[in-house]
This record gives sequence, structure tokens and C-alpha cells, in this order.
Amino acid sequence: MLKVDAIDVFYGDLQVLWGSSFEVREKEIVVLVGANGAGKSTTLKTISGLLRPKAGTIVFDGVRLDRLPADRIIGHGVVHVPEARRLFREMSVEENMVMGSLAPEARKKRRETLAWVYELFPRMKERRKQAAGTLSGGEQQMCAIGRGLMALPRLLMFDEPSLGLAPILVEDVFNIVKRINKEGVTVLLVEQNVRQTLALCDRAYVLENGSVVLQGTGKELLADPHVKEAYLGL
Amino acid sequence: MDVFLQTLVAGILKGGLYALIGIGMTLIMGVMGIINLAHGQLMMVAMYITYVLHLAGVDPYISLFVAMPALFLLGCLIQRFLLNPLLKVDTILPENQVLMTVGIGMVLTEIIRFIFKSDYKSVSTGYSNATFFLGNISFSIALGISFIIAIAFTVAMFFFLIKTDIGRSIRATAQDKDAAVLMGVNTGRITIITFGLGSGLVAAAGCLLAPVYYVFPDIGGPFTARAFIITILGGLGSTVGAIFGGVTLGLAESFGATYISMDYENIIGMTIFVLVLLFLPGGFKRLTKI
Ligand SMILES: Nc1ncnc2c1ncn2[C@@H]1O[C@H](COP(=O)(O)OP(=O)(O)O)[C@@H](O)[C@H]1O
Ligand SMILES: [Mg+2]
Repeated sequence: MLKVDAIDVFYGDLQVLWGSSFEVREKEIVVLVGANGAGKSTTLKTISGLLRPKAGTIVFDGVRLDRLPADRIIGHGVVHVPEARRLFREMSVEENMVMGSLAPEARKKRRETLAWVYELFPRMKERRKQAAGTLSGGEQQMCAIGRGLMALPRLLMFDEPSLGLAPILVEDVFNIVKRINKEGVTVLLVEQNVRQTLALCDRAYVLENGSVVLQGTGKELLADPHVKEAYLGL
Repeated sequence: MDVFLQTLVAGILKGGLYALIGIGMTLIMGVMGIINLAHGQLMMVAMYITYVLHLAGVDPYISLFVAMPALFLLGCLIQRFLLNPLLKVDTILPENQVLMTVGIGMVLTEIIRFIFKSDYKSVSTGYSNATFFLGNISFSIALGISFIIAIAFTVAMFFFLIKTDIGRSIRATAQDKDAAVLMGVNTGRITIITFGLGSGLVAAAGCLLAPVYYVFPDIGGPFTARAFIITILGGLGSTVGAIFGGVTLGLAESFGATYISMDYENIIGMTIFVLVLLFLPGGFKRLTKI
């Protein structure tokens, strides 16, 4: 479904991704784990077009995403829930949701999708008139995920959805990810929370200094000596 | 007491027009993060359009429907061909877009001066000096009509910003540009529309002011300064703040002219400006989400 092939990505002269490759198949949950600064966010930003690879290709269902302008990518069903939520803080929860459904297909189904998102997040319905910037951290994450769902994603990419949340909320967020996946949405999840995400994913890649160094099923990586030592503190 | 009320009403009426000027500047500020220092000059162009149409016998309130679309288009072209390309060039100048607007303002002024010379023109109509009385207070009919039209445009603008996808996209781009791009907003297009709207709104103010003001090429500068003051008063980027800023400036000028001296109109605006920067650096804050 998504194939990222040998991408090199730079910030100015600084190279951050070095020939990084991986793929996500239909209906999977794939995680990209790695330490702070490994290049996880950079990878997602490149897929969603905010950054351009200097070399390599990104193909989604036969479409070269790396050749599309960033604002056209969401229309292909590739949706990015960015790091730190990036809500429109002065807009209401509902307006944020509406902003997720600008592409023609999503726009047509705006009402139904909104009803579905509110069913998934009853809390968001209660808060729908409230400015997004005044929500709590957990609610902001729900709002950001809801906004992403409004685009009718086929591939939903999450950038550290558990960041800054209390452990009990982290659990909630991962349950939501699983639930969304059960509804037929393919998931690419980026996390530093290695133990929990390896347990819930189908497959995983380990990113170190901008390159993929390990891959396998969640189980395989949980048992891997390097992963154990570097990420699980065993 | 009558003088006081009279001054108050005059200030509020003027403030309505200033709000229109300020909202346009504020939208541009919010979305592009720049102060448009050609704002008053764009208004001046609209006033000359009104003047030319007036010579052909067209009422200024009708000229609105020519000047607004014309300035919308001019604003779009300026953003598309003069401002957006600057984002792509490396420059030793910070704020090169702002400097570009200064240049645009000068060019517009000189083109108009070349065509119309520096003379003061007037767009006087039957109602330019007409007044009506309510008790002992007289109202300028022209300013009254202008005020009502200004409010109508302001309300329409808010409706557009709140209720339409393009309006929401404009606000979203102002709040978080990258997030807007991720949601599928073509932010380049949004900047073009925004500059067009800002120019269209200030054009409306120009048409509404024309019957009660003189028209001359250098009228742009003082109005750019006013727009700047209103935007700062409103707290940079808040459209509701811009309305408060506009009315405040209108009142200050009005009271200054009545109780201090007619000659100090411009100085009063600048004085408030300095006081706000010193004591109220956030302006009238962002009073709402818009
Ligand atoms: N806007 C930027 N400009 C320059 N360097 C950046 C920028 N964003 C990230 N980097 C650098 O790129 C590297 C990877 O960052 P990032 O992709 O955010 O890592 P992760 O998400 O895995 O924590 C880091 O070394 C970081 O300092
Ligand atoms: Mg990151």
C-alpha cells in the first residue's frame, strides 16, 4: 500500500534521513520506533509532503506522493496526525473537525463522518463549541485524531500520540488506534513508547540516526537482543 | 453636552469606516505575518476609481461594486506576482515582503500622480454636506449611510470567515500554517485570496470616504498609518480587535478635533499608538477566536 524507498531527507545542508526504506501493507498496524532525534517525525513529514526527499521515492497505491504538492496528499487518503497535535487552537472543536474534511470526497460525507467521530469520542461532542486550545492534553489528542478521521483516511499516520499523556490516557490512545484499525484503516504509528507499541503492532521498524536498522513482527523485535538492550532497558 | 454627543457620534461613524480599513490589514497580518504598508495606497486607488466614475455621473455607493472587485483583483495579483515569489528567494533583507509593500505603495501613488496630477479632487454629491437632526445633534447623512454599509460589509466578512470552507481555511492558515497544509489547504492560494479580500475591504472604505473627503495622491500614507495603528490597537491579527481599534481611533480623532484642535488629527492617532505600545503591548487582546 505505502512503499518508502531509500529516501534521503535534509534540513538545509543537514542530512537527517539516510536511504531509509520501509513499507506498510493494507490493514496493518506498522510502528516506527526510535529514540528522540532518530528521524521519525521527519519521515512522516516527508510522506505527507511537508518535506521533500532529495533522493528516493514514496509510492502510495501507485501514486508518487513525493511528486505531489503537500496539500494534495490528504485527498489520496493519506492523513497525518502531527506531533504535538497542532490543532487550530482558537477554533472550536467542531471547526477543527470540519477542517479535516475539506477534500471533495470527505466534504460530501462531512455530516455522517462527524456523527461517527462523535460516537467514537463522546467527549468531543460535549466539548464541540469549546476552543481547541483550552482542551486538556488527552482531549486535544482525541480532537487531533478526530480531525484526521474526518478526512476518511485509508492510511492514518500518528506521530507520538502518547506524548505528554498520563499512563492511563496512553492506554486509551492505543486502544483507539487499535479500534480505528479494526474499522479498516491502515495505521503507521511513530512512537518512543517501544514496549507498548511493539505489543500492539503487526510489524515494526527500528530507526536509528536516520536509517532503518531492524525490522520484523512486533514479537520478533520484542525478543531481539539489541532492542531489549537499547529500548527496553533489559 | 450637545457638543460632546455630537463628537461621540461623529467618532463612532468614522470608527465604522476605520474598522473596515483595519479588518483588511488584520487579515493580511494574520495570514501572511506581514504589515501591508501599501494598504492606504490601495484605498487611494479605489478613491480615484470612485472619482473617475463620479465624473461619469456614477454615485459613489454604486462605484463600490466596481472598485471592490477591481481592488480584489489588484490585491490578488500583487500577492501572486510580487509578494509570494519573495518567499522563494534567499535574501539578506529580513522582512523583504514588507519592504516590497512599501515599494508598491510608492509606485501606486506615483502612477496616480502621473495620471491625475497632485490636485485635490472632490467627489461631492447631493448628500456630501447634508445633515439631519436628532434633537440638537446633527448627523452627516453621508457618514451615516457609509457607516451602515461598513457594518454590513463587516458582518458579511465575519459570516464568510466563520461559515465557509475558504473562510475557515483563512483562519486556520493564520493559526497554524503547516497544520492547514496537512488538512489539504492550498496556503499559497489562501494568501492570494486574503490579500484580495483585504484590498477589497479597504477599497470599500475608500468609496465610502470619498464623498466626505478630498481625494489626492498622497492620501494613502496617512491611511496606511491609521490602518497600522488600528491593527496594533486590535492586537495584531484579531479581526474583532480591529473593530475596537477602528472605533477607538475614530473617537480619539473626533474628540481631539473638537476639544484640542483640528490640526492635530494625525498626531492624536500617533500618540495613542505610542501609548498602546508602551502600556498595552498586546493591544485590545484577542477578544475572541476570530
Ligand atoms: N526544522 C528542523 N531544522 C533542522 N533540523 C531539524 C529540524 N527538525 C528536526 N531536525 C533534526 O532532525 C533530526 C531528526 O528529527 P526528528 O525527525 O524530529 O526526530 P524524532 O521525531 O525521531 O524525534 C534531529 O537531529 C533534529 O534535531
Ligand atoms: Mg518526533
